[in-house]
Amino acid sequence: MEAVVILLVIIAVLAVAGVLIYNGLVARRNRVDEAVGQIEVQLKRRHDLVPNLVAAVKGYMDFEQDVLTKVTEARANAVAAGASGQITAQQAQAENTLTGALRSLFAVVENYPQLKANENVLSLQEQLTTTENQISFSRQHYNATVNDFNTTLQTFPAVLVAGPLGFTKREFFAAEPEAQEVPVVSLR
Amino acid sequence: MAGTFYSQIAANRRNSFFLALVVVVLLGMLGFAIGYGTTGQAAAGLGWLGIFGVIAIVSSLASYYTGDKVVLGVSKARLVTAETQPQLINVVTELAIAAGVPMPAVYTIDDTAPNAFATGRDPKHASIAITTGLLEKLDREELQGVIGHELSHVRNYDIRYSLLVGVLVGTVALLADFFLRFTFWGGLGGRRSSSDRDGGGGLQAIILVLAIVLAILAPFFARLVQLAVSRQREYLADASSVELTRNPHGLEQALAKIAEDKEVLEVANRATQHLYFTNPIKKFEARSKGLFSTHPHIVDRINRLRALTGEAPLGPTDEGELAGLD
Repeated sequence: MEAVVILLVIIAVLAVAGVLIYNGLVARRNRVDEAVGQIEVQLKRRHDLVPNLVAAVKGYMDFEQDVLTKVTEARANAVAAGASGQITAQQAQAENTLTGALRSLFAVVENYPQLKANENVLSLQEQLTTTENQISFSRQHYNATVNDFNTTLQTFPAVLVAGPLGFTKREFFAAEPEAQEVPVVSLR
Repeated sequence: MAGTFYSQIAANRRNSFFLALVVVVLLGMLGFAIGYGTTGQAAAGLGWLGIFGVIAIVSSLASYYTGDKVVLGVSKARLVTAETQPQLINVVTELAIAAGVPMPAVYTIDDTAPNAFATGRDPKHASIAITTGLLEKLDREELQGVIGHELSHVRNYDIRYSLLVGVLVGTVALLADFFLRFTFWGGLGGRRSSSDRDGGGGLQAIILVLAIVLAILAPFFARLVQLAVSRQREYLADASSVELTRNPHGLEQALAKIAEDKEVLEVANRATQHLYFTNPIKKFEARSKGLFSTHPHIVDRINRLRALTGEAPLGPTDEGELAGLD
């Protein structure tokens, strides 16, 4: 009789442990998915800011049409590449091109004193700076959540049951080879 | 301390845990000694601990739930929005994303002394306040470091942790105080007769003396431990800020700039000093360094940050400039 009681207690403890492990893995995996969504949110923010910026500088910069055109085109490409909602190599490259075009634009703005002091432009510059930072921080946070999930997955005790329960490792955000090139800043 | 911010974070958490454990042990010893010393019964201490524990908890609950509003009021903090302080709001937003916490309420304090504090019982009910002096003196990178530090206090639940340690230390103080009054103003002789059953009269007398000694010393040592915990959590917030920004340099520059500033933050006082980024009471700080300080020495904080990037610690000439100012 005693042996049966002990057996039941052991089973109960294992069941509770199993529930806790499962819930912990689910929570961590969801945080990773949320982080992916956050990156997309920040990228979209930048897409939305660009037209305002182009409009603000257009009047002053009649001679710099090609820089403005490059920015507008780069933005259109980035929006198209990101339409699928998934993080792809193509999207990363398109976003990188947009970063380069924006930096070229701000380099040129330096030559126009009226524009440099223009409150609108300054405010947009700060908004773009913060958006670039927010994109980086979202990616950093994504990596932190992936790290947490993978580590929990691969260590005791979750490692014993993770496979059968259907949890698999997630990949870190890694800059694509093209993205590792320094964006070209054109002063033309 | 060298290595990575990960190892610094782990060490700080470990140290603050063991320090808190020291207070628990101290409290246990005091409770037991008082209980046994006065009644000869081993479990009598539990009753006393229970009573004073409850008193300390109840008196802390008000602070737990409304403490943040009180502190903000006392500090004359003003709520800011994206319209009034766009860059500040942007920096806080960026770091809230990196930390994965909700956006806290952001306040400014009208004072030229550069400082900041965070308050709130958990990340969902958090507030950060920055002085206008700090906003003027620091650049974006340095501001990121300071905000990272304050947000880390929030996400490490430091306000809650400090309150917990405060309850323990408060219980030690209450219990010791009550016991000492009770011993000296009578009432003890009668209670000892109930110990005749045990026959442990000699041992009980010894424990009673121990209880008196503990009651005199324990509150002092508990307070020292509490201050040590406060310092560990400050180091932890520094390391956690680096975890967010991945840039020790920004925070290091901010600390150096603030240390060089001689101004006194007018709205701060002894009750709120522990909350601030650096100790706002310069005079008080100068007289009570080391063990009695709520904040680590700025030189030590800077050196720990320099260790993360493999830079050499501050030399004697640099230290000379900063010493005596914090």
